[in-house]
Amino acid sequence: MVRIITVYGGMLLEAMGRTLILALLGLFFACIIGLFFGILSVVKSRICNVIAQIFVDIIRGVPMIVLAFFIYFGIPYLLNTIIGGHNMTLTALQAGTACLALNCGAYMSEIIRAGIQSVDIGQMEAARSLGLPYGVSMRKVVLPQAIRTMIPSIINQFIITLKDTSILSVIGFPELVNTAKNVQANTFMSFQTWAIVGVMYLFVITILSRNAKMVERKLNVGR
Amino acid sequence: MKKRIIALLAAVAMTVSLVGCGAKGSGSTPASSDSKTWIIATDTSFKPFEYRDSENNFVGIDMDLLAAIAEDQGFKYDVQILGWDASIAACQAGQADGMIAGASITDERKEFGWIFSDGYYDANQSMAVAENSGITGLDGLSGKAVAVKTGTMSAEYAESLSGQYNFTVTYFEDSPTMYQAVVGGQVAAVFDDTPIMAANIKDGNLPMVILPETGNDPAAYGFAVFNKDNQKLVDMFNEGLKNIKANGKYDEILKKYLG
Repeated sequence: MVRIITVYGGMLLEAMGRTLILALLGLFFACIIGLFFGILSVVKSRICNVIAQIFVDIIRGVPMIVLAFFIYFGIPYLLNTIIGGHNMTLTALQAGTACLALNCGAYMSEIIRAGIQSVDIGQMEAARSLGLPYGVSMRKVVLPQAIRTMIPSIINQFIITLKDTSILSVIGFPELVNTAKNVQANTFMSFQTWAIVGVMYLFVITILSRNAKMVERKLNVGR
Repeated sequence: MKKRIIALLAAVAMTVSLVGCGAKGSGSTPASSDSKTWIIATDTSFKPFEYRDSENNFVGIDMDLLAAIAEDQGFKYDVQILGWDASIAACQAGQADGMIAGASITDERKEFGWIFSDGYYDANQSMAVAENSGITGLDGLSGKAVAVKTGTMSAEYAESLSGQYNFTVTYFEDSPTMYQAVVGGQVAAVFDDTPIMAANIKDGNLPMVILPETGNDPAAYGFAVFNKDNQKLVDMFNEGLKNIKANGKYDEILKKYLG
Protein backbone atom coordinates (compact mmCIF):
# COMPACT_ATOMS: atom_id res chain seq x y z
CA MET A 1 0.00 0.00 0.00
CA VAL A 2 2.72 2.45 1.04
CA ARG A 3 4.79 1.47 -1.96
CA ILE A 4 1.93 2.21 -4.34
CA ILE A 5 1.44 5.63 -2.79
CA THR A 6 5.12 6.61 -2.77
CA VAL A 7 5.97 5.24 -6.21
CA TYR A 8 2.71 5.73 -8.10
CA GLY A 9 0.96 8.41 -6.01
CA GLY A 10 1.99 11.25 -8.31
CA MET A 11 0.93 9.29 -11.36
CA LEU A 12 -2.49 8.58 -9.83
CA LEU A 13 -2.96 12.21 -8.81
CA GLU A 14 -2.16 13.37 -12.34
CA ALA A 15 -4.69 10.84 -13.61
CA MET A 16 -7.27 12.19 -11.16
CA GLY A 17 -6.54 15.64 -12.59
CA ARG A 18 -7.18 14.38 -16.11
CA THR A 19 -10.38 12.70 -14.89
CA LEU A 20 -11.55 16.04 -13.50
CA ILE A 21 -10.65 17.93 -16.68
CA LEU A 22 -12.57 15.39 -18.73
CA ALA A 23 -15.55 15.53 -16.37
CA LEU A 24 -15.61 19.33 -16.28
CA LEU A 25 -15.37 19.63 -20.06
CA GLY A 26 -18.06 17.01 -20.45
CA LEU A 27 -20.35 18.69 -17.92
CA PHE A 28 -19.86 22.12 -19.47
CA PHE A 29 -21.02 20.94 -22.88
CA ALA A 30 -23.66 18.72 -21.28
CA CYS A 31 -25.22 21.80 -19.66
CA ILE A 32 -25.44 23.53 -23.03
CA ILE A 33 -26.86 20.44 -24.74
CA GLY A 34 -29.23 19.74 -21.84
CA LEU A 35 -30.52 23.29 -21.70
CA PHE A 36 -31.00 23.39 -25.46
CA PHE A 37 -32.93 20.13 -25.72
CA GLY A 38 -34.71 20.69 -22.38
CA ILE A 39 -36.17 23.95 -23.64
CA LEU A 40 -36.85 22.40 -27.03
CA SER A 41 -39.01 19.79 -25.33
CA VAL A 42 -41.21 22.27 -23.47
CA VAL A 43 -41.76 24.99 -26.07
CA LYS A 44 -45.11 25.02 -27.81
CA SER A 45 -43.99 23.44 -31.05
CA ARG A 46 -44.70 19.86 -31.96
CA ILE A 47 -41.61 19.60 -34.21
CA CYS A 48 -39.26 20.91 -31.51
CA ASN A 49 -40.72 18.48 -28.96
CA VAL A 50 -40.29 15.53 -31.29
CA ILE A 51 -36.68 16.48 -32.12
CA ALA A 52 -35.83 16.67 -28.42
CA GLN A 53 -37.59 13.37 -27.75
CA ILE A 54 -35.70 11.58 -30.52
CA PHE A 55 -32.37 12.91 -29.24
CA VAL A 56 -33.10 11.75 -25.70
CA ASP A 57 -34.37 8.36 -26.84
CA ILE A 58 -31.30 7.63 -28.96
CA ILE A 59 -28.70 8.69 -26.42
CA ARG A 60 -30.52 7.15 -23.47
CA GLY A 61 -31.02 3.92 -25.39
CA VAL A 62 -27.32 3.33 -26.10
CA PRO A 63 -24.86 2.26 -23.40
CA MET A 64 -22.09 4.77 -22.90
CA ILE A 65 -19.34 2.28 -23.74
CA VAL A 66 -20.95 1.74 -27.15
CA LEU A 67 -21.23 5.49 -27.63
CA ALA A 68 -17.55 5.85 -26.71
CA PHE A 69 -16.37 3.27 -29.26
CA PHE A 70 -18.75 4.70 -31.85
CA ILE A 71 -17.47 8.26 -31.48
CA TYR A 72 -13.80 7.36 -31.15
CA PHE A 73 -13.59 4.77 -33.93
CA GLY A 74 -16.84 5.02 -35.85
CA ILE A 75 -17.11 8.70 -36.69
CA PRO A 76 -13.59 9.14 -38.13
CA TYR A 77 -14.11 5.91 -40.08
CA LEU A 78 -17.42 7.18 -41.42
CA LEU A 79 -15.92 10.48 -42.55
CA ASN A 80 -12.68 9.07 -43.93
CA THR A 81 -13.84 5.91 -45.65
CA ILE A 82 -17.51 6.17 -46.48
CA ILE A 83 -17.85 9.86 -47.23
CA GLY A 84 -14.19 10.26 -48.13
CA GLY A 85 -11.94 13.23 -48.66
CA HIS A 86 -11.35 13.88 -44.96
CA ASN A 87 -8.39 12.93 -42.89
CA MET A 88 -9.87 13.37 -39.48
CA THR A 89 -8.99 11.69 -36.23
CA LEU A 90 -10.34 12.43 -32.77
CA THR A 91 -8.11 12.45 -29.73
CA ALA A 92 -9.32 10.37 -26.80
CA LEU A 93 -10.04 13.60 -24.90
CA GLN A 94 -12.21 15.00 -27.69
CA ALA A 95 -14.10 11.76 -28.15
CA GLY A 96 -14.47 11.34 -24.39
CA THR A 97 -15.78 14.88 -23.93
CA ALA A 98 -18.29 14.42 -26.74
CA CYS A 99 -19.41 11.11 -25.30
CA LEU A 100 -19.92 12.49 -21.78
CA ALA A 101 -21.57 15.65 -23.06
CA LEU A 102 -24.08 13.75 -25.18
CA ASN A 103 -24.84 11.19 -22.52
CA CYS A 104 -25.15 13.61 -19.62
CA GLY A 105 -26.85 16.18 -21.87
CA ALA A 106 -29.68 13.78 -22.66
CA TYR A 107 -30.36 13.14 -18.99
CA MET A 108 -30.03 16.85 -18.16
CA SER A 109 -32.60 17.77 -20.79
CA GLU A 110 -35.04 15.35 -19.17
CA ILE A 111 -34.33 16.82 -15.74
CA ILE A 112 -34.89 20.33 -17.09
CA ARG A 113 -38.10 19.31 -18.85
CA ALA A 114 -39.44 17.61 -15.74
CA GLY A 115 -38.46 20.61 -13.61
CA ILE A 116 -40.27 23.08 -15.83
CA GLN A 117 -43.34 20.89 -16.11
CA SER A 118 -43.46 20.44 -12.33
CA VAL A 119 -44.29 24.12 -11.92
CA ASP A 120 -48.06 24.51 -11.71
CA ILE A 121 -49.54 25.56 -15.05
CA GLY A 122 -51.47 28.25 -13.19
CA GLN A 123 -48.21 30.15 -12.64
CA MET A 124 -47.70 30.54 -16.37
CA GLU A 125 -51.39 31.36 -16.94
CA ALA A 126 -51.29 34.01 -14.20
CA ALA A 127 -48.14 35.58 -15.63
CA ARG A 128 -49.59 35.63 -19.14
CA SER A 129 -52.89 37.14 -17.97
CA LEU A 130 -50.92 39.91 -16.27
CA GLY A 131 -49.68 40.77 -19.75
CA LEU A 132 -46.16 39.28 -19.60
CA PRO A 133 -44.96 37.74 -22.87
CA TYR A 134 -44.19 33.97 -22.96
CA GLY A 135 -40.40 34.38 -22.77
CA VAL A 136 -40.49 36.75 -19.83
CA SER A 137 -43.01 34.61 -17.92
CA MET A 138 -40.75 31.62 -18.49
CA ARG A 139 -37.59 33.42 -17.34
CA LYS A 140 -38.98 35.43 -14.44
CA VAL A 141 -41.78 33.24 -13.11
CA VAL A 142 -41.48 29.59 -14.11
CA LEU A 143 -37.71 28.96 -14.30
CA PRO A 144 -36.81 30.33 -10.85
CA GLN A 145 -39.30 27.91 -9.33
CA ALA A 146 -38.28 25.06 -11.61
CA ILE A 147 -34.56 25.39 -10.80
CA ARG A 148 -35.17 24.59 -7.15
CA THR A 149 -36.69 21.26 -8.03
CA MET A 150 -34.02 20.55 -10.62
CA ILE A 151 -30.93 21.19 -8.49
CA PRO A 152 -30.81 17.89 -6.56
CA SER A 153 -31.28 15.86 -9.75
CA ILE A 154 -28.70 17.92 -11.61
CA ILE A 155 -26.13 17.43 -8.84
CA ASN A 156 -26.89 13.73 -8.94
CA GLN A 157 -26.30 13.71 -12.68
CA PHE A 158 -22.99 15.56 -12.22
CA ILE A 159 -21.80 12.87 -9.84
CA ILE A 160 -22.87 10.08 -12.17
CA THR A 161 -21.04 11.77 -15.04
CA LEU A 162 -17.89 12.18 -12.96
CA LYS A 163 -17.94 8.46 -12.28
CA ASP A 164 -18.81 7.64 -15.89
CA THR A 165 -15.43 9.02 -16.97
CA SER A 166 -14.07 5.64 -15.87
CA ILE A 167 -15.85 4.02 -18.83
CA LEU A 168 -13.64 6.06 -21.14
CA SER A 169 -10.63 4.04 -20.02
CA VAL A 170 -11.58 1.67 -22.85
CA ILE A 171 -10.61 4.18 -25.54
CA GLY A 172 -7.22 4.63 -23.93
CA PHE A 173 -7.79 7.99 -22.26
CA PRO A 174 -5.34 8.01 -19.33
CA GLU A 175 -7.91 8.84 -16.66
CA LEU A 176 -7.86 7.36 -13.16
CA VAL A 177 -9.09 3.83 -13.95
CA ASN A 178 -6.91 3.47 -17.02
CA THR A 179 -3.86 4.56 -15.03
CA ALA A 180 -4.79 2.39 -12.07
CA LYS A 181 -4.93 -0.64 -14.36
CA ASN A 182 -1.35 0.14 -15.26
CA VAL A 183 -0.32 0.48 -11.65
CA GLN A 184 -2.01 -2.81 -10.92
CA ALA A 185 -0.31 -4.46 -13.88
CA ASN A 186 3.08 -3.21 -12.70
CA THR A 187 2.70 -4.01 -9.01
CA PHE A 188 0.27 -6.95 -9.15
CA MET A 189 -1.39 -5.52 -6.05
CA SER A 190 -5.02 -5.34 -7.09
CA PHE A 191 -6.64 -4.93 -3.69
CA GLN A 192 -4.43 -2.04 -2.64
CA THR A 193 -4.58 -0.27 -6.00
CA TRP A 194 -8.36 -0.34 -6.27
CA ALA A 195 -8.77 0.61 -2.61
CA ILE A 196 -6.67 3.73 -3.20
CA VAL A 197 -8.56 4.56 -6.39
CA GLY A 198 -11.90 4.08 -4.63
CA VAL A 199 -10.89 6.44 -1.85
CA MET A 200 -9.74 9.03 -4.41
CA TYR A 201 -13.12 9.01 -6.17
CA LEU A 202 -14.92 9.06 -2.84
CA PHE A 203 -12.91 12.08 -1.70
CA VAL A 204 -13.61 14.15 -4.81
CA ILE A 205 -17.28 13.22 -4.96
CA THR A 206 -17.81 13.93 -1.26
CA ILE A 207 -16.40 17.42 -1.72
CA LEU A 208 -18.69 17.90 -4.71
CA SER A 209 -21.79 16.75 -2.82
CA ARG A 210 -21.02 18.90 0.25
CA ASN A 211 -20.67 22.00 -1.91
CA ALA A 212 -23.80 21.06 -3.78
CA LYS A 213 -25.73 20.91 -0.50
CA MET A 214 -24.62 24.47 0.20
CA VAL A 215 -25.80 25.70 -3.19
CA GLU A 216 -29.08 23.91 -2.64
CA ARG A 217 -29.62 25.61 0.72
CA LYS A 218 -28.88 29.03 -0.77
CA LEU A 219 -31.34 28.53 -3.61
CA ASN A 220 -34.00 27.27 -1.24
CA VAL A 221 -34.35 30.64 0.49
CA GLY A 222 -37.98 31.66 0.59
CA ARG A 223 -39.38 28.22 0.37
CA MET B 1 -27.68 13.85 16.61
CA LYS B 2 -29.29 10.48 17.18
CA LYS B 3 -29.61 9.97 13.43
CA ARG B 4 -25.94 10.74 12.99
CA ILE B 5 -24.91 8.16 15.53
CA ILE B 6 -27.06 5.53 13.87
CA ALA B 7 -25.57 6.38 10.48
CA LEU B 8 -22.07 6.12 11.92
CA LEU B 9 -22.83 2.74 13.47
CA ALA B 10 -24.25 1.49 10.20
CA ALA B 11 -21.12 2.62 8.36
CA VAL B 12 -18.87 0.85 10.88
CA ALA B 13 -20.94 -2.32 10.63
CA MET B 14 -20.67 -2.25 6.85
CA THR B 15 -16.91 -1.75 6.92
CA VAL B 16 -16.46 -4.61 9.36
CA SER B 17 -18.54 -6.96 7.25
CA LEU B 18 -16.56 -5.95 4.14
CA VAL B 19 -13.25 -6.67 5.87
CA GLY B 20 -14.70 -10.01 6.93
CA CYS B 21 -15.45 -10.90 3.32
CA GLY B 22 -11.93 -9.98 2.23
CA ALA B 23 -10.32 -12.14 4.85
CA LYS B 24 -12.44 -15.13 3.92
CA GLY B 25 -11.57 -14.76 0.24
CA SER B 26 -7.80 -14.65 0.64
CA GLY B 27 -7.49 -17.14 3.47
CA SER B 28 -9.11 -20.13 1.86
CA THR B 29 -6.77 -22.39 -0.06
CA PRO B 30 -8.65 -25.20 -1.72
CA ALA B 31 -7.38 -28.66 -0.87
CA SER B 32 -6.17 -30.38 -3.99
CA SER B 33 -7.30 -33.86 -4.85
CA ASP B 34 -7.34 -35.94 -7.98
CA SER B 35 -10.97 -35.26 -8.75
CA LYS B 36 -10.39 -31.50 -8.48
CA THR B 37 -11.46 -29.36 -11.40
CA TRP B 38 -8.75 -26.75 -11.93
CA ILE B 39 -9.94 -23.30 -12.87
CA ILE B 40 -7.77 -21.83 -15.60
CA ALA B 41 -8.12 -18.15 -16.46
CA THR B 42 -7.31 -16.75 -19.88
CA ASP B 43 -7.42 -13.63 -22.02
CA THR B 44 -10.49 -12.69 -24.07
CA SER B 45 -8.84 -12.18 -27.43
CA PHE B 46 -5.22 -13.00 -28.16
CA LYS B 47 -5.29 -14.56 -31.58
CA PRO B 48 -4.01 -17.20 -32.39
CA PHE B 49 -3.42 -18.23 -28.76
CA GLU B 50 -7.00 -17.71 -27.62
CA TYR B 51 -9.94 -16.22 -29.48
CA ARG B 52 -13.48 -16.89 -30.55
CA ASP B 53 -13.77 -18.35 -34.04
CA SER B 54 -16.57 -17.63 -36.50
CA GLU B 55 -18.64 -20.49 -35.01
CA ASN B 56 -18.43 -18.85 -31.60
CA ASN B 57 -16.12 -21.54 -30.20
CA PHE B 58 -13.33 -20.41 -27.92
CA VAL B 59 -10.22 -21.83 -29.56
CA GLY B 60 -6.50 -21.18 -29.97
CA ILE B 61 -3.05 -22.64 -29.41
CA ASP B 62 -3.32 -22.20 -25.63
CA MET B 63 -6.71 -23.90 -25.52
CA ASP B 64 -5.60 -26.86 -27.65
CA LEU B 65 -2.35 -27.27 -25.71
CA LEU B 66 -4.23 -27.19 -22.45
CA ALA B 67 -6.72 -29.78 -23.69
CA ALA B 68 -3.96 -32.06 -24.95
CA ILE B 69 -1.95 -31.74 -21.74
CA ALA B 70 -5.00 -32.30 -19.54
CA GLU B 71 -5.84 -35.40 -21.52
CA ASP B 72 -2.27 -36.66 -21.24
CA GLN B 73 -2.11 -36.02 -17.49
CA GLY B 74 -5.70 -36.89 -16.75
CA PHE B 75 -6.79 -33.74 -14.93
CA LYS B 76 -10.05 -31.87 -15.24
CA TYR B 77 -10.14 -28.14 -15.86
CA ASP B 78 -12.55 -25.33 -16.49
CA VAL B 79 -11.54 -22.33 -18.59
CA GLN B 80 -12.67 -18.89 -17.54
CA ILE B 81 -12.33 -16.16 -20.13
CA LEU B 82 -11.59 -13.13 -18.03
CA GLY B 83 -9.18 -10.91 -19.94
CA TRP B 84 -5.53 -10.28 -19.14
CA ASP B 85 -5.70 -8.03 -16.07
CA ALA B 86 -8.63 -9.87 -14.55
CA SER B 87 -6.92 -13.25 -15.06
CA ILE B 88 -3.94 -12.11 -13.02
CA ALA B 89 -6.19 -10.67 -10.32
CA ALA B 90 -8.34 -13.82 -10.22
CA CYS B 91 -5.26 -16.05 -9.78
CA GLN B 92 -3.94 -13.84 -6.99
CA ALA B 93 -7.27 -13.79 -5.22
CA GLY B 94 -7.57 -17.57 -5.47
CA GLN B 95 -10.62 -17.40 -7.74
CA ALA B 96 -8.65 -19.20 -10.43
CA ASP B 97 -5.86 -21.73 -10.02
CA GLY B 98 -3.70 -20.90 -13.01
CA MET B 99 -3.60 -18.87 -16.18
CA ILE B 100 -2.61 -19.56 -19.75
CA ALA B 101 -2.66 -16.43 -21.85
CA GLY B 102 0.56 -16.18 -23.80
CA ALA B 103 2.34 -14.82 -20.72
CA SER B 104 6.04 -14.19 -21.34
CA ILE B 105 8.32 -15.68 -18.72
CA THR B 106 10.35 -12.85 -17.18
CA ASP B 107 12.46 -12.50 -14.06
CA GLU B 108 10.48 -9.45 -13.02
CA ARG B 109 7.21 -11.36 -13.06
CA LYS B 110 8.79 -14.19 -11.08
CA GLU B 111 9.80 -11.66 -8.43
CA PHE B 112 6.18 -10.54 -8.21
CA GLY B 113 5.02 -14.05 -7.38
CA TRP B 114 4.35 -15.64 -10.76
CA ILE B 115 5.27 -19.32 -10.84
CA PHE B 116 5.88 -20.33 -14.45
CA SER B 117 5.86 -23.66 -16.21
CA ASP B 118 8.49 -24.45 -18.85
CA GLY B 119 8.18 -22.27 -21.93
CA TYR B 120 5.82 -23.59 -24.58
CA TYR B 121 6.35 -21.03 -27.33
CA ASP B 122 8.99 -18.39 -28.14
CA ALA B 123 7.76 -14.97 -29.20
CA ASN B 124 9.05 -11.45 -29.35
CA GLN B 125 7.38 -8.06 -29.49
CA SER B 126 7.52 -5.69 -32.40
CA MET B 127 5.83 -2.67 -33.85
CA ALA B 128 3.23 -2.41 -36.58
CA VAL B 129 1.92 0.63 -38.43
CA ALA B 130 -0.86 1.35 -40.90
CA GLU B 131 0.12 0.43 -44.47
CA ASN B 132 -0.15 3.96 -45.77
CA SER B 133 1.42 5.67 -42.76
CA GLY B 134 4.87 6.14 -44.30
CA ILE B 135 6.50 5.25 -40.98
CA THR B 136 9.42 2.90 -41.60
CA GLY B 137 10.98 2.56 -38.18
CA LEU B 138 11.13 3.77 -34.60
CA ASP B 139 12.52 7.14 -35.80
CA GLY B 140 9.19 7.93 -37.42
CA LEU B 141 7.35 7.94 -34.09
CA SER B 142 8.59 11.27 -32.77
CA GLY B 143 5.73 13.26 -31.23
CA LYS B 144 3.19 10.54 -31.99
CA ALA B 145 1.12 8.15 -29.86
CA VAL B 146 1.45 4.38 -29.87
CA ALA B 147 -0.95 1.74 -28.55
CA VAL B 148 -0.05 -1.04 -26.11
CA LYS B 149 -1.98 -3.44 -23.93
CA THR B 150 -1.89 -2.72 -20.20
CA GLY B 151 0.64 -4.77 -18.25
CA THR B 152 2.11 -6.73 -21.17
CA MET B 153 5.68 -7.23 -22.37
CA SER B 154 4.97 -4.98 -25.32
CA ALA B 155 3.86 -2.21 -22.94
CA GLU B 156 7.14 -2.53 -21.12
CA TYR B 157 9.06 -2.59 -24.39
CA ALA B 158 7.29 0.52 -25.70
CA GLU B 159 7.79 2.34 -22.38
CA SER B 160 11.51 1.58 -22.54
CA LEU B 161 11.73 3.19 -26.00
CA SER B 162 9.36 6.11 -25.50
CA GLY B 163 11.94 8.51 -24.05
CA GLN B 164 14.56 7.82 -26.70
CA TYR B 165 12.18 8.11 -29.65
CA ASN B 166 9.93 10.73 -28.10
CA PHE B 167 6.51 9.12 -28.40
CA THR B 168 3.63 8.77 -25.93
CA VAL B 169 2.16 5.44 -24.87
CA THR B 170 -1.62 4.88 -24.84
CA TYR B 171 -3.01 1.91 -22.93
CA PHE B 172 -5.81 -0.31 -24.23
CA GLU B 173 -7.42 -3.45 -22.87
CA ASP B 174 -7.23 -5.84 -25.80
CA SER B 175 -5.49 -6.40 -29.11
CA PRO B 176 -8.40 -5.79 -31.52
CA THR B 177 -9.06 -2.33 -30.07
CA MET B 178 -5.40 -1.44 -30.56
CA TYR B 179 -5.34 -2.59 -34.17
CA GLN B 180 -8.56 -0.66 -34.78
CA ALA B 181 -6.86 2.45 -33.41
CA VAL B 182 -3.89 2.00 -35.76
CA VAL B 183 -6.04 1.40 -38.81
CA GLY B 184 -8.32 4.29 -37.88
CA GLY B 185 -5.34 6.60 -37.35
CA GLN B 186 -6.03 7.35 -33.68
CA VAL B 187 -2.50 6.15 -32.89
CA ALA B 188 0.54 5.96 -35.15
CA ALA B 189 1.66 2.47 -34.23
CA VAL B 190 1.02 -0.56 -32.03
CA PHE B 191 3.45 -2.68 -30.04
CA ASP B 192 2.29 -6.26 -29.61
CA ASP B 193 3.52 -9.83 -29.75
CA THR B 194 4.69 -10.58 -33.27
CA PRO B 195 2.78 -13.87 -33.86
CA ILE B 196 -0.45 -12.28 -32.62
CA MET B 197 -0.12 -9.35 -34.98
CA ALA B 198 0.83 -11.58 -37.88
CA ALA B 199 -2.21 -13.82 -37.35
CA ASN B 200 -4.59 -10.87 -37.00
CA ILE B 201 -3.25 -9.06 -40.05
CA LYS B 202 -3.48 -12.22 -42.13
CA ASP B 203 -6.93 -13.39 -41.00
CA GLY B 204 -8.52 -9.98 -40.70
CA ASN B 205 -6.99 -8.54 -43.87
CA LEU B 206 -5.91 -5.55 -41.82
CA PRO B 207 -4.15 -2.76 -43.74
CA MET B 208 -1.20 -2.94 -41.35
CA VAL B 209 2.45 -3.92 -41.71
CA ILE B 210 4.83 -5.28 -39.08
CA LEU B 211 8.24 -3.63 -39.07
CA PRO B 212 10.46 -6.65 -38.29
CA GLU B 213 13.59 -4.67 -37.39
CA THR B 214 11.71 -3.06 -34.48
CA GLY B 215 11.45 -6.36 -32.57
CA ASN B 216 13.10 -7.18 -29.25
CA ASP B 217 14.71 -10.45 -28.14
CA PRO B 218 12.24 -13.33 -27.98
CA ALA B 219 11.06 -14.71 -24.64
CA ALA B 220 9.16 -17.90 -23.95
CA TYR B 221 5.47 -18.04 -23.11
CA GLY B 222 4.61 -20.01 -19.99
CA PHE B 223 1.63 -21.32 -18.09
CA ALA B 224 1.49 -19.60 -14.69
CA VAL B 225 0.13 -20.01 -11.18
CA PHE B 226 0.41 -17.56 -8.30
CA ASN B 227 -0.06 -19.86 -5.35
CA LYS B 228 2.67 -22.29 -4.23
CA ASP B 229 -0.05 -24.82 -3.35
CA ASN B 230 -0.77 -25.12 -7.07
CA GLN B 231 2.77 -26.26 -7.89
CA LYS B 232 1.25 -29.65 -8.68
CA LEU B 233 -0.63 -28.09 -11.59
CA VAL B 234 2.62 -26.65 -12.98
CA ASP B 235 4.33 -30.02 -12.62
CA MET B 236 1.51 -31.74 -14.49
CA PHE B 237 1.67 -29.07 -17.20
CA ASN B 238 5.44 -29.53 -17.63
CA GLU B 239 5.13 -33.30 -17.72
CA GLY B 240 2.26 -33.17 -20.20
CA LEU B 241 4.06 -30.63 -22.40
CA LYS B 242 7.07 -32.95 -22.59
CA ASN B 243 4.82 -35.84 -23.59
CA ILE B 244 2.89 -34.01 -26.30
CA LYS B 245 6.13 -32.64 -27.72
CA ALA B 246 7.42 -36.23 -27.92
CA ASN B 247 4.32 -37.70 -29.54
CA GLY B 248 3.94 -34.99 -32.17
CA LYS B 249 0.71 -33.54 -30.84
CA TYR B 250 2.46 -30.24 -30.04
CA ASP B 251 3.68 -29.71 -33.61
CA GLU B 252 0.25 -30.64 -34.89
CA ILE B 253 -1.39 -27.87 -32.81
CA LEU B 254 1.12 -25.20 -33.85
CA LYS B 255 0.71 -26.19 -37.47
CA LYS B 256 -3.05 -25.95 -37.21
CA TYR B 257 -2.92 -22.30 -36.13
CA LEU B 258 0.28 -20.94 -37.63
CA GLY B 259 0.31 -22.83 -40.92
